[in-house]
Amino acid sequence: MDHGTWLAQACIFLAAAVVSVPLAKRLGLGSVLGYLLAGALIGPHVLGLLGEPEGVMHVAEFGVVIMLFLIGLEIRPSYLWQMRAAILGLGGAQVVVTTLAVAGVALACGLVWQHALAIGMIAAMSSTAIVLQSLRERGLDSSQPGRAAFSVLLFQDIAVIPMLALLPLLATQRSAAQAEAVHASLIASLPDWAQALVVLGAVGGIVVAGRYALRPVFRYIASTGLREIFTATALLLVVGVALLMQAVGLSAALGAFVAGVVLADSEFRHELESDIEPFRGLLLGLFFISVGASIDFALLAAHPLLILALVAALVLIKTGVLYLLARLFQDSHADAMLLALCLAQGGEFAFVLFAFAESARVLDAGITAPLVLAVALSMAATPLLFLVAQRLRGKPAARQRPDEAIDNHHPQVIIAGFGRFGQIVGRLLRTNGYRSSVLDHSADQIELVRRFGNQASYGDASRMDLLRAAGAETAQAIVIAIDDEERASQIVESVRKHFPHLKVLARAYDRRHLYELRKMGAHVVERETFAGAVKLGEHALRLLGMRAHQAHRAAQIFTHYDSDLIERLEPYWGDLENYRSQLGRQTADVEELMRQDGAAFHLGQAQHGWDAEPEAEASSATGGQMATSPHRP
Amino acid sequence: MTSPKHARILLLFAHPAYQRSRINHALIEAVQDIDGLSLHDLYEQYADGFIDARREQALLQEHEVIVAQHPLYWFSCPPLLRLWQDTVLTNGFAYGQGGTALAGKRWLSVVSTGGGTFDDLHCEPERFAVEELLHPFEAASDLCGMHWEAPFVVHGGHALGMEALAQHAADYRARLLDLREGLTPPLHAAHDRAAGA
Repeated sequence: MDHGTWLAQACIFLAAAVVSVPLAKRLGLGSVLGYLLAGALIGPHVLGLLGEPEGVMHVAEFGVVIMLFLIGLEIRPSYLWQMRAAILGLGGAQVVVTTLAVAGVALACGLVWQHALAIGMIAAMSSTAIVLQSLRERGLDSSQPGRAAFSVLLFQDIAVIPMLALLPLLATQRSAAQAEAVHASLIASLPDWAQALVVLGAVGGIVVAGRYALRPVFRYIASTGLREIFTATALLLVVGVALLMQAVGLSAALGAFVAGVVLADSEFRHELESDIEPFRGLLLGLFFISVGASIDFALLAAHPLLILALVAALVLIKTGVLYLLARLFQDSHADAMLLALCLAQGGEFAFVLFAFAESARVLDAGITAPLVLAVALSMAATPLLFLVAQRLRGKPAARQRPDEAIDNHHPQVIIAGFGRFGQIVGRLLRTNGYRSSVLDHSADQIELVRRFGNQASYGDASRMDLLRAAGAETAQAIVIAIDDEERASQIVESVRKHFPHLKVLARAYDRRHLYELRKMGAHVVERETFAGAVKLGEHALRLLGMRAHQAHRAAQIFTHYDSDLIERLEPYWGDLENYRSQLGRQTADVEELMRQDGAAFHLGQAQHGWDAEPEAEASSATGGQMATSPHRP
Repeated sequence: MTSPKHARILLLFAHPAYQRSRINHALIEAVQDIDGLSLHDLYEQYADGFIDARREQALLQEHEVIVAQHPLYWFSCPPLLRLWQDTVLTNGFAYGQGGTALAGKRWLSVVSTGGGTFDDLHCEPERFAVEELLHPFEAASDLCGMHWEAPFVVHGGHALGMEALAQHAADYRARLLDLREGLTPPLHAAHDRAAGA
């Protein structure tokens, strides 16, 4: 493709998206339908603006690969374990029952059992991309049906692995051509059982490499501090895994998913997420556009009844099966309906699997072409089904009770900077049962922290996208504990702007920095050395002979009046000359107050009033005598 | 809404484990929106035990009715309220020469016990009536020239049902509203006994 056409194509895609997506969103149809419509419009069957939709489809499929990598990143193995009942139970039941139901109908229509089974398996898939995007857009991703949908989709994503291994075994006709057909696969000449072994081996290889090789590589790259190289490494990883998977005849998306899961536990998860996220968004849009463009209106015009019957059958069977299963798993009617309708479409994996089945000679093009069209149409119908489901569910669909929206993996506090300072904050929170998410820009530090069993991610806390990935949107507070003064101020300012709901607690270098952080909008600021210095001063007083309680009160009084002084001087900060003259005056004032109050307080409350006069303070502060005289009898 | 003839109420609330106390939640929630009442949560304000005496004295001077609400711990108040007395009710302010800042104000003790009555604690009730255990507060009230109000006591906070809780809360609110309007005469006026201090 020469440069000119490439730019022209890009221009058409972008223009179509820019025009139709905001329009669709404005009309309440969601961005996915907007992309699909844009695709249908510029596709070969309407305006015919696209040169080679197949080529575009290949690029766009990479969007699905990236999406699965990102989905994998979000699924920590521990989370997977938590959701095991929903995933294996509801998800497994959905795939098995839908497969059998669709296969039954296909058998009844006169297909051979191998074809029927293959179609059943492929039809059981739903569209992860469309469903997750639509759920998120409608704020339903943390609701009960939203999480159930996620579990089912997850099981489907995993079920693709055995399906890819099973499909070749269903081939009804074997031929030499098969060798070339399977993506020019390197292993296609092997017998079926060996292919299955290689598939498992490749997946296992990714898991092992991810555990033991990828993290040191990322750590090394991170230590160079070059952000674009980190992004490049992440993309290289995804592309590399995709190529490896294709080489062994597997779906690239699966490999990416596995690589994602393997890295989900790593400290680089948030950084990877936010670095790759923009690619996902654009490529996924491209993917939806090419799905729209692939809708073969000629075939639709030729057999409108057949195609529409297929779409209706697909949607009805899937909705029915899932609704019944959800009711069995004790969902309410409304939740079950939403779940069933939102997963009623065919999935993008169907395209992959149909292509695979065709090349493996399981199904032929005469069967797959109308089915692919039906799947594409059912995907296009999803936003409409969502509207129906939400209508059925009643208005407050998006607003669940707030506690329902809180997930175990949503941190309540984000700690930016996990060195000497942030670690103490984090330990205090953790020992009191609060969940925090930690960001630090030093890969070495993170490595050290994780060795002690803490959750921590590598990343620069001044990037709002990373904070978002770390959970800033659902957290209640952020602790900014980094030691870079200027950057801390910047972070405070942008956090206040981007996440106005977050309470901001910041570590200040000194009084000057404290004022600056407050000006930027920090809610709570503490000077980093103040508490420790006062404490040490208290110890000094004790060593000089003061009784422990007296020394403690002295330290408290000092702290009280020092923060008083800070308040008094705040209005003058920024005007250096005025500040200096005020500093002297106000300090003298406050110290005078402190001296007066010392008489009333710091000899122990028991003394004051009952017998001692304020003047007695100076002499009684000298030693460890029993300064606390008893109350009046 | 605030009319000058209403008395202003300072509610000194001292509870180290408020997060666990159903009865105190019910009581506080029932009265905190009373017009002219200032809720002053001592354990929230002075978590480290450092009490700002100047501020406390200013608060006392701004109110005519002082309500001290606290659970009964070891037959007395929690330590922060006791510390508050030492720190705030100083010679020359609350008593002694020139110490008339509180004279004529009313003092109401509001006390809750977690268990049942003292029967449950194997004490003889007639020996340890709550009113008797509150004698130190009564004496302090006298010393400061304040009017001592009949204490408001809730027993068995742990075991109370929702209805009983609501009833106590409503009674409490009614009691404070009466106090605000000056409708109930104090148990005994300050001048009866303050002379002895």
